[in-house]
Amino acid sequence: MTMWQFPRVTLRFWPVFLRNLLVWRKLAIPSLVGNIAEPLISLVAFGYGMGAMVGQVTVQTPDGPTAVPYILFLASGSICMSAMNAASFEALYSAFSRMHVQKTWDGIMNAPVGLDDIVFAEMIWAAFKALFTITAIMGVMLGLGITHSPKLLLAWPILFGVGITFSCMALVFNALANGYEFFTYYFTLFLTPVMFMSGVFFPLEQLPPLMRVVSDWLPLSNAVALVRPLFMDQWPQDALRHVLVLAVYACASFWVALALTRKRFSK
Amino acid sequence: MAESLFSVNQLAKRFGDNEVVRGLSFSIEPGECLGVIGPNGAGKTTTIRMCLGLTAPDSGTIHAMGLQMPHDALAIKQQLGVVSQMDTLDPDFSCAENLLVYGRYFGLKDKDIKERIPSLLEFASLTSKAGARPGELSGGMKRRLSLARALVNNPRLLLLDEPTTGLDPQARHLMWERLQLLLQQGKSILLTTHFMDEAERLCSRLLVLDHGKKIAEGKPRDLIAEHLEPDVVEVFGQGALALVDSPARAHAARVEVSGETVFFYTHSAHQLLEALSAYPQLRTLHRPANLEDLFLKLTGRQIREDA
Repeated sequence: MTMWQFPRVTLRFWPVFLRNLLVWRKLAIPSLVGNIAEPLISLVAFGYGMGAMVGQVTVQTPDGPTAVPYILFLASGSICMSAMNAASFEALYSAFSRMHVQKTWDGIMNAPVGLDDIVFAEMIWAAFKALFTITAIMGVMLGLGITHSPKLLLAWPILFGVGITFSCMALVFNALANGYEFFTYYFTLFLTPVMFMSGVFFPLEQLPPLMRVVSDWLPLSNAVALVRPLFMDQWPQDALRHVLVLAVYACASFWVALALTRKRFSK
Repeated sequence: MAESLFSVNQLAKRFGDNEVVRGLSFSIEPGECLGVIGPNGAGKTTTIRMCLGLTAPDSGTIHAMGLQMPHDALAIKQQLGVVSQMDTLDPDFSCAENLLVYGRYFGLKDKDIKERIPSLLEFASLTSKAGARPGELSGGMKRRLSLARALVNNPRLLLLDEPTTGLDPQARHLMWERLQLLLQQGKSILLTTHFMDEAERLCSRLLVLDHGKKIAEGKPRDLIAEHLEPDVVEVFGQGALALVDSPARAHAARVEVSGETVFFYTHSAHQLLEALSAYPQLRTLHRPANLEDLFLKLTGRQIREDA
């Protein structure tokens, strides 16, 4: 089997997913608190604090420039960031614990479950963790009255897709890691700049032209471009392009992650 | 002749310049326990990994239960039980949950696994620990839970990679008892071990590996009779090394020196001991030749670099 063989995913991934779900159920409350409290505290602090200074932000829509309250602007961006962070944390730190520290994957591979199915299960699991997190955050946002858009129902599966994209990307770095320290590079040198260049905190129009070009192709900015209009009860522009960018990131990085993981385990 | 349960033919694997397994062939018959012994780096673990389809061989074939590795890896593993060198138990689950979750990997229904759990826990002497997590178990209990987990799919063949390493004598004996019980039930076992008494006690046949090659194969007693003199006299103490050139040397077929100890391998232990009685300051130990002697004769006494 060569490392670049087409991914062979079967239904055997399901028991591995269930395994992670069973662990999570035991630790769900502290884990949810960690995943939700931090983004919500930032949202409320920045949204209301900065929002009082910033007031309204102008967003481009099909109907022309529209002014929205800063808290809504921030909420729609930061929920994408929460999906990104939740999926990345799970597919890096937690997956690495299972793969390398606890040797859970080795144990599973002694049973009739292939590595492709394990990596796929980890990917879907990390995306589900992102889904749990954003569902809870969305519930609080609804409670706070930040948005009442019925289009949130569509934002929900899109955010699951954002979770998939970022868990695929994180699994590439999981496959390369020798220790937890390695993930600091990914978070500091990749995710943090991505976060500031994707229109989460301020409109992309504020970026210098060259950075805007880069930003157009970043997965998080495409996610924000899809989700923000839905929070404003509008339809996103160029939706197909944004979905495709996310899908290409997801498929390409899943394949690379799988290839590198196969190489890691062939030793 | 009936087809072997598991057969390996001319298996070879290299990592870079290092030939880890070289032209290895062996088979496992139904109901037998085949032991694989060899120093560290002899290729035991790589061989097991190839048998599980986890490492691709450079050449050679592996057949199991009418299927071929690695093509039918999952179908073969459906009928295998594996205990690896390192415990891979889930630390967040109780013993019973570990068995349940592992059974699901074989596609078993929760109801069927739950029915089996009490007897598996009883087999592992862990009934009272059903709700305990691995972190609360002793080393021996963890290994027995790993063994019970390997039995969850009721496999025909067990692959055990150093299942008793790191256990105290009580835990080791209990493990041996359990493995003997499994052999009585008609299961087959492939066992790698560093413990020669374990190999002698459990294995009907042994394979001695060194530098990736098979250097001997046979029943433990036959191998000892074939390669060694029946008795060993170990002599140590001040002046022991001088015995190598003494008249006593004539009574031994072979003499080895290791550190401060002289090993006499002999067919005439009586005469040798009589000759040694002239040196009352030396301490002697007379014993029958055993597998450890065989192992050291075949693989040498030097410590391996990667040991």
